[in-house]
Amino acid sequence: MIECIKINKVYASGDAETRVLKDVSFKIEKGEFVAITGPSGSGKSTLMHIIGALDSPTDGKYLLEGQDVSELSDEDLADIRKNKIGFVFQSFNLLPRSTVIRNVILPLVYAEIPAEKRESLAKTALLSAGLEEGRWNHLTNQLSGGQMQRVAIARALVNNPSIILADEPTGNLDTKTGEIVLKTFRDLNKKEGHTIILITHEKDVAAYADRIIFVRDGVVVEDKRSQREVKK
Amino acid sequence: MNFTYYFIIVFESEIMLFSDLYQETFFAIKANKGRSGLTILGIVIGIGSVIAMVAIGQGAQKSVEASIESIGSNLLIIMPGSQRGLGGGGVSAGRGSAQSLTLEDAEAIKKETALIKAVEPELTGRYQVAVKGSNTNTQVVGTVAEYPEVRSVEIDLGNFLTEQDIKGLSKVAVLGPTTRDDLFGEGADPVGQTVRINQVDFRVIGVTKSKGGSGFGSQDDMIFVPLATAKAYLSGSSYLSTIYVQAENQESLTAAQSGITELLLARHKISDPASADFQILNQADIVATASSVTGTFTMLLAAIAGISLIVGGIGIMNMMLTNVTERTREIGLRKAIGAKRNDISNQFLGEAIMLTFIGGGLGIVLGWLISAAVSKFANIATTVSPSSIFLAFGVSAGIGIIFGYYPARRASKLNPIEALRYE
Repeated sequence: MIECIKINKVYASGDAETRVLKDVSFKIEKGEFVAITGPSGSGKSTLMHIIGALDSPTDGKYLLEGQDVSELSDEDLADIRKNKIGFVFQSFNLLPRSTVIRNVILPLVYAEIPAEKRESLAKTALLSAGLEEGRWNHLTNQLSGGQMQRVAIARALVNNPSIILADEPTGNLDTKTGEIVLKTFRDLNKKEGHTIILITHEKDVAAYADRIIFVRDGVVVEDKRSQREVKK
Repeated sequence: MNFTYYFIIVFESEIMLFSDLYQETFFAIKANKGRSGLTILGIVIGIGSVIAMVAIGQGAQKSVEASIESIGSNLLIIMPGSQRGLGGGGVSAGRGSAQSLTLEDAEAIKKETALIKAVEPELTGRYQVAVKGSNTNTQVVGTVAEYPEVRSVEIDLGNFLTEQDIKGLSKVAVLGPTTRDDLFGEGADPVGQTVRINQVDFRVIGVTKSKGGSGFGSQDDMIFVPLATAKAYLSGSSYLSTIYVQAENQESLTAAQSGITELLLARHKISDPASADFQILNQADIVATASSVTGTFTMLLAAIAGISLIVGGIGIMNMMLTNVTERTREIGLRKAIGAKRNDISNQFLGEAIMLTFIGGGLGIVLGWLISAAVSKFANIATTVSPSSIFLAFGVSAGIGIIFGYYPARRASKLNPIEALRYE
């Protein structure tokens, strides 16, 4: 499903070169719930950008559903993002002063889904993300943090992407709403079979996933089943 | 490769549908109500003020031209020159003081000069005019039947002086509308009534139509009487104050002027044109002078309009630039969920076009309303010209679209991660 083969990422600023990722290799199968974790500066964000087709590796291969994505142009990467990847960001990144429904419909507009199908798809996604129906026509700035993040999850889901990438999805939420959001991810994974990749620096958050990939200084130092999975 | 085919492929596969683009644009403008409103306001004021200013300027120019036209058309105005003592070196009593023009001169001009349509001699004086219960002091013009034709005056009530009135020494008078208002009350019909001019009774036979204009020299505040009657009963002098000559057309003005000059010099037995006892004003010269004045006026207004266009344009530019900069994160998000560069730049282009067109439309309406209000309340004629609309709209729309599109185009090329992190 996802395969990273010896991925390297080098940032050059002036004469100094910073090697953020060093020969990172791993495989994620369809239907997995994986957390990529590590301290800040470990390179996990860069890794997430590459997996999310937001950025290309300097060196190495990245296969998404068997397709080599590492050599694509910016415009082709946009196509990959539009059809195969759903993003959930730490800071929600919803369109301000727009309704919940419009935010969820937005990816469908770019994916050229016929207009008449969009609303029902958006509603299905909102139900999956667990946002109650009474809020669907609210403006996004009238929602609480937890509700906003669920709108963002619905937006990520609506296109039925191959993978959902969540970048510190609980970073701006309190523990309790954070838990609700993480449970939503679990349900999406267990009940609907979505592949979910969670990027976080918090161990507690990572523990919600079935598998934890630990990155430090640009190298994968650990790749294990989580406690939760072991207990089962 | 067939270009059309290529274009269709691009259109179908690379760019959003037009209806989607339109909707995105519409929702974005709605979502940013405050900023959209300010941008539109800037455009409205920019365009509106330019249109109104040019309208006022052009209106003023037209009204100056019209008031020159209202004197009559293709006129030569012959006035007495300055009276000099004998020998030519004496004390000058000033222009117009000479008593040098006679009715015979006027008749000679009519008979002997080519290219002339009509001649209208005048004998003017100011007298106390009275009716029962009121009186006024006004200009009394002794003239001939050609006056209305030569001086572009129309009759409102009754008739103008006729050939018989002139020859028969009739004591009849035609009133200007202002004089009629002063003597008989506003809008009254005085035909058949009697006015007493300088202790002589005249029967009113008509009232002229108002020509506008006010103050000294207004053709509305006058009384017209037969020339011979004025000579006999009012001034007692046989010299004329002015002779108006209407040339056949504008081209013949200059030729007629030199013909008249020669004729009068010969009749007055003056060999040196420099010491002529009359002067001839050519209406073309007056128009040319006035045109140069109004031309300067128009230049001034154009300069003001130009400056307001620049100021307005900079305002629009600022709004557009701020708009795009503040929405860099939104651009990042749109790119992250799959928007192409063209989707982004087309959306912002659409927004810029929509904002400038809404603002432009309202600005045209505002400019027109201001012009109409100035006409109505300040009594200044205004003319809204299509060229000022095109200029104001074109410049503002151009600036709005360039500065709405160009930064969005640049932002659309940003990496989505950088755009998302933009603060």
